Amino acid sequence: MRHLLSTTDLTREDALLILDTAAELARVTDRAVKKLPTLRGRTVVNLFFEDSTRTRISFEAAAKRLSADVITFSAKGSSVSKGESLKDTALTLEAMGADAVVVRHQASGAPYRLAHSGWVGCSVVNAGDGTHEHPTQALLDAFTLREHLGDLQGRRIVIVGDVLHSRVARSNAHLLSTLGACVTLVAPPTLLPVGVETWPCAVSYDLDEALEGADAVMMLRVQNERMNAAFFPSTHEYSRRYGLDTRRAALLSDDAVVLHPGPMNRGMEISADVADGARSVIVEQVTNGVSVRMAVLYLVLGARAEDQGGLLPAAEAVPA
Amino acid sequence: MSVVLRSARPYGEEPVDVALENGVIAAIAAPGTLPAGDLEVDAAGLVLLPGLVDLHTHLREPGREDAETIETGTRAAALGGFTAVHAMANTQPVADTAGVVEMVWRRGVEAGHCDVHPVGAVTVGLGGEHLAELGAMADSAARVRVFSDDGVCVSDPVIMRRALEYVKAFDGVIAQHAQEPRLTQGAQMNEGALSGLLGLAGWPAVAEEAIIARDVLLAAHVGSRVHICHLSTAGSVDIVRYAKARGIDVTAEVTPHHLILTEDLAATYDPVFKVNPPLRTEADVMAVREGLEDGTIDAVATDHAPHAHEDKDCEWAAGAFGMLGLQTALSIVVDTMVRTGRLDWRDVADRMSVRPARIGRLGDQGRPIAVGESASLVLLDPAASWTVDPTALASRSRNTPFAGRELPARVVATFLRGRPTVLDGALA
Amino acid sequence: MTSSPEPEGSQGPVARVLDAADISRVVGRISHEILERTNGPADVVLLGIQTRGVPFARRIAVRMGEIEGAEIPVGSLDITMYRDDIRLRGPRPLEPTEIPAGGLDDRIVVLVDDVLYSGRTVRAALDAISDVGRPRAVQLAVLVDRGHRELPIRADYVGKNLPTSLAQSVRVHLSETDDVDEVLVLGGGA
Repeated sequence: MRHLLSTTDLTREDALLILDTAAELARVTDRAVKKLPTLRGRTVVNLFFEDSTRTRISFEAAAKRLSADVITFSAKGSSVSKGESLKDTALTLEAMGADAVVVRHQASGAPYRLAHSGWVGCSVVNAGDGTHEHPTQALLDAFTLREHLGDLQGRRIVIVGDVLHSRVARSNAHLLSTLGACVTLVAPPTLLPVGVETWPCAVSYDLDEALEGADAVMMLRVQNERMNAAFFPSTHEYSRRYGLDTRRAALLSDDAVVLHPGPMNRGMEISADVADGARSVIVEQVTNGVSVRMAVLYLVLGARAEDQGGLLPAAEAVPA
Repeated sequence: MSVVLRSARPYGEEPVDVALENGVIAAIAAPGTLPAGDLEVDAAGLVLLPGLVDLHTHLREPGREDAETIETGTRAAALGGFTAVHAMANTQPVADTAGVVEMVWRRGVEAGHCDVHPVGAVTVGLGGEHLAELGAMADSAARVRVFSDDGVCVSDPVIMRRALEYVKAFDGVIAQHAQEPRLTQGAQMNEGALSGLLGLAGWPAVAEEAIIARDVLLAAHVGSRVHICHLSTAGSVDIVRYAKARGIDVTAEVTPHHLILTEDLAATYDPVFKVNPPLRTEADVMAVREGLEDGTIDAVATDHAPHAHEDKDCEWAAGAFGMLGLQTALSIVVDTMVRTGRLDWRDVADRMSVRPARIGRLGDQGRPIAVGESASLVLLDPAASWTVDPTALASRSRNTPFAGRELPARVVATFLRGRPTVLDGALA
Repeated sequence: MTSSPEPEGSQGPVARVLDAADISRVVGRISHEILERTNGPADVVLLGIQTRGVPFARRIAVRMGEIEGAEIPVGSLDITMYRDDIRLRGPRPLEPTEIPAGGLDDRIVVLVDDVLYSGRTVRAALDAISDVGRPRAVQLAVLVDRGHRELPIRADYVGKNLPTSLAQSVRVHLSETDDVDEVLVLGGGA
């Protein structure tokens, strides 16, 4: 795996390798020395065309714990805001010797384009592109779910909210079903993409019904700009029909967990008492993000140029 | 100068010698029976068709001469077998006055590679609010007959109705870019399962079909003719077929790329495949082929849309809409329509020359291959094949979606009123 | 492929240099040597290097425990993230690193591996240990020392010295991972 662009590219084995690697790396966090020398001398560039403090910091921490040099390039105050193109920015970073580029971009497919256009030769990790995918978010969600539920095979996971515009939903729907979970998407019909019936998930418009006995529920953020664009009549109605409150959380199975990729609209898609309640693993998601991103950077940067396919080199010889 | 084409096969039929003199076809006779001309062309094995007429070309001049000029665009046209092109109005400034259309027309004459017929804008600045001076453009030296806000849909039904009515006075036609704007805000590709997967905003078929349905009804109501640009969906074909059956005076065009390419190319996120209307599904491709075969769709029009390298060498959302088409159009039609048995050479002449000339009201283009008719002709080698090299195209731009693809049939020579514009596959 | 006694492809002859009984004797001898060198098991921690160092370390720990009647702390160390050849060999799945409850500080840590070759694995293990704790001393026990060192590292306890050529390869099979106890030398006409 030279790049991580989409969860649809991951086989079950790939996904498990990332998650198992992350689980080992998570234990480094408990040590006195929280650093590994693995990527010493390598340069990871965080290229953020969109503001996202939490994802950027998470990738920064991950790269630094693996001893990589980190250069962060944010749209604000850089030449990007002066109209420099993705290509020119990428060429600049390549010239600076980047081994991997972690890219967040408002255009769907920008990381794919970066990886396949021939502009740069380094590895590309998608840190969220437009309304396409956010694979490391899905991986950290899956990691968090596995910590609580164990093997996800056959587990019932409900994803609720603006699936249409959510890269988190896209990445999770595919990854969680690759891992064997039964995913149900719940949203008003206006916020489901055309063709959602071809996704490897069930679809429901009825949140109560979907939550009954579910093992986990993931609430998606409703973006401010959707609230006045006729996707639903009012925030009140949305909240009533698709918000997670204490009554609804009680419908879940006993050991079920509540996830939210953040940032939350408390009182809108999730009530404050559920967000802060015992089932909520929202803070853990942030912690797990660092371990998952360490695993991804290690696996991507460790890949040799000729390993275009799976995550691991083909030959598995283990010399002493 | 006199030209004699030896053993050419008009419409792919029996070989004859054809003499061109004083801009017209002077004689047609059995091979070897005509006296030598000033220029002898060995046309053995080659198919002779009336010169191709494109209803939909973006020459970019004035305004974006970095992407294309009238000179480079008409070179590409001649090399593609065209003897007339309609230059779309979305230039900078917009071709919405007699001054701009006359300038474009005059540059075309000066370049001399093919006839350039400017398309006039329907509304001032393509703004969709006020009718441009359609009559002044019609009366100008450019004699504009086709009007279009192409790139933008004339979405206001009242403006569309008035435009349809107004151009009746000089036998003009409104060529509608059918795209309901509210249904396609920010649209990036065909709306379907794939757009949902790729996270690209969808351009639904209904946004095209709803406008076509409205406009054929409007045309029927006011008794005008209407032309549908670059029709791309199965539903659009059905609506036009229905309208024609009802006797409504509607014509329609399809682009070469919609005859062959499908939406899955968007998965590359390479904007060279980004076009408006977007590439559709396999079912749509089959439906437009069917429509072109049965005549529901009147014409193949290139929608040749050159774009500067930087406008395509970028992320998908930032990329410009459009593809080159002039030099590949005939080959794509041969590939998708002739080789599949859907069209014979007379049909190709009909869809790429006769009917587009009639829609544009061009008197001396799209004429039969007969003695006394205008000698605007194309000779093509149906047995040849070639590989598309973007850098070898005559256009200033490189944005062909067919780079590296091997295509059948090559243009060998093009004649504009008896004068060779292309010989041996190169500019004459 | 490591569980197969057959050599891969063109590697030529196979020689079994240690069998199950030999390996058992080596475990016993090294157990005694460690106890002798460390003056009893009080501060000793065994750390097996993943993967085949781990079962080998466990066997030594069990034998030492039998001799002393005390439980010997034994753990595992995965040195993948400390290797200097990730660029050359690509990434590998991580195996667990288990440090015994008492930690490593002020202990005598005996690193245990199956084969000592270039010394790079041990170098990585020493780095890994220093990130986990500060032992009083670190010693090294190996089942086989095949020579060809690339770093100034030597073993304190050696099951068998095995002169080999660079063209040969050494395979250690332990029943915990490979169903059989044996050490093979492959190829090179040994």
